[in-house]
Amino acid sequence: MSPLLSVRDLRVRFRTMGPLKALATGVRQPFIDAVCGVSFELRKGETLGLVGESGSGKSTVARAIMGLRPPTSGSIAFEGQEITGLSPAERKLYLRRMAMMFQDPIGSLSPRLTVRSLLMEPFHIHGMKDRDAATEADRLLGLVGLPADFGRRYPHQLSGGQARRVGVARALALDPNLIVADEPTAGLDVSVQGEVLNLLARLQDQLGIAILIITHNLNVVRHITDRMAIMYLGRFVEVGPTEHIFRQPRHPYTEALLSANPEPDPDAVIDRIEIKGEVPSLLKRPSGCEFHTRCRYAREMCAKVFPEPSQSGSDPAHSFKCHFPLEGRWQRAERSLVSPTV
Amino acid sequence: MMPGVINQHSSGAPLLRVRGLDLDFGSPRGRVHALRGVSLDVSAGEVVGIVGESGSGKSTLAYTLMGLLAENAEVTGGEILFEGRDLLRMAPAARRDLLGNRLSMIFQDPMTGLNPVRTIERQMIDAQHHQPGSRREKRDRAVAMLARVGIPDPQSRIGGYPHEFSGGMRQRICIAMALLVRPALLIADEPTTALDATLEVQIIHLLKDLQKEIGCSILFVSHHLGTVAELCDQVAVMYAGEVIEHGPVRDIFRNPAHPYTRALLECDPGRIRQKTRLLPTIPGEVPGLVGSQRGCIFRQRCGYAFAPCADERPAEYSVGAAQGARCHLLAPTSGVPA
Repeated sequence: MSPLLSVRDLRVRFRTMGPLKALATGVRQPFIDAVCGVSFELRKGETLGLVGESGSGKSTVARAIMGLRPPTSGSIAFEGQEITGLSPAERKLYLRRMAMMFQDPIGSLSPRLTVRSLLMEPFHIHGMKDRDAATEADRLLGLVGLPADFGRRYPHQLSGGQARRVGVARALALDPNLIVADEPTAGLDVSVQGEVLNLLARLQDQLGIAILIITHNLNVVRHITDRMAIMYLGRFVEVGPTEHIFRQPRHPYTEALLSANPEPDPDAVIDRIEIKGEVPSLLKRPSGCEFHTRCRYAREMCAKVFPEPSQSGSDPAHSFKCHFPLEGRWQRAERSLVSPTV
Repeated sequence: MMPGVINQHSSGAPLLRVRGLDLDFGSPRGRVHALRGVSLDVSAGEVVGIVGESGSGKSTLAYTLMGLLAENAEVTGGEILFEGRDLLRMAPAARRDLLGNRLSMIFQDPMTGLNPVRTIERQMIDAQHHQPGSRREKRDRAVAMLARVGIPDPQSRIGGYPHEFSGGMRQRICIAMALLVRPALLIADEPTTALDATLEVQIIHLLKDLQKEIGCSILFVSHHLGTVAELCDQVAVMYAGEVIEHGPVRDIFRNPAHPYTRALLECDPGRIRQKTRLLPTIPGEVPGLVGSQRGCIFRQRCGYAFAPCADERPAEYSVGAAQGARCHLLAPTSGVPA
């Protein structure tokens, strides 16, 4: 079966200054590549997590898929059809079947519309006159577990978790096959975070939706994704089944990210790998392996030669870009958590 | 730097002692009781964490200690003893003198904590207005402090403006500024929430090291259980304006006594070892804080609520040596196993 979404060598470039200024200041390449040759596939009913620090290009990938930012090169195929370079009218047909949840739960809802109007909006935009938008709005509220009288509320009357649910309901309105969720739980409390993620998981089981989830929260990725990809400076440095990567990260950056995850346990003896410095500027990409400036295993070769993707052992699904991949089982100090007894 | 200042307050009492603090916000719908009977101790040289969800009053408490509340806020009861003096009954000028001197604060957003139109140099020299010394000496101290918090090339970078630094660097500058005056107590309001996980770890380690060097106490406000577990010695758990449980960090994380603390810990996906599709949640919502509250504040969401919970506000019962929780289940006579 062909994948639902297939992204090949996606590249998104932003201009950093006008052509005149570039000429005047002698900058030959007034561009930054926010996304630099990203390829992945997403099958029906699958969840893929995109992980990385701020500025790694995760949100830009999402925006390119949704057509909010035209890619500079590369291909994005949805249900077997190329969707880059389509006119807005042609694109609209596909946007019915893919939906996006934006980062800011309240900010992504128009403050002047009631929840009901917000939920009816997708039907109006896509001219679905065959469906009664008002009944659909009620159905959607029920689907995400909000009482029907919430339809009369305005976004400012919602809590963060409730606004998130409205965001999920809006994304589900047109029965999409793909949901792109950009930081769906950022800014939510842990108790509410669980609710939103459980809701997504339940709907995925019921409706068979594929989810592309963008997050920097590794604990979330571990529990809800099937596969994960780690991004650094606009490239995937490691991609593979979530379980494998948590058990045996091959790229030093992945290892550092995993160990940077503070454990909610005061006795956790963590062999912490503190990653030095900050993400380099996209204006000055390091030579060779782009992570070598912060890598604790970097050798001479790393600064010179760009690492090609290689596969992890027998598993072709797990690939990484590193000259000296990590070997041996990576372990965070295991210990018995005393489960709270009641 | 200034011998004797750190030990100025050397009686046995803790550095900061909050007792029965009540605080209301006036609103068109009535008075919002944002803090109700909050008691808290911070001993010298100790890191105390305040955890809670949004709306639990943890930031309000931090702002009350600093005296940075909005105009519609009113403290209706209690006392805040800092180095033996009650901040609430102090002359405003005397209280102001403590800020940026004995008491410092780091804010959640490192950009709003800095003045965007002044250089770092100017701001860091201004921050030392309580300190003796010439401008030159103050600048040297600022440069040394920037080097200490890991700003590369501080001699030249000190002349820069806040927007020329990245988020992580700005938070380092905020920390440098707050600790430059060697305060007795540093109040940190979610200092790592706006940062990536890798930077979060760097900042937590930096705070931990500097706290040891300077010997100050830290009141660390956070909703992130992982960072609290890593940094703090003592923890107070807040819910809907009350401290419902407090104790040493190990006891709180290993042996939580209050049902809310237990639920909160269970919700954290980082604590769940086995991969799970469905994550635990706390059903229901934080109660509205307008008007008076009867009984236990957590009872609507509590799986163990029984008769007394609806009528009586639970007293604080001690659990173990230093841990205490407000829950009727812990009453010696309730007969219900906790």
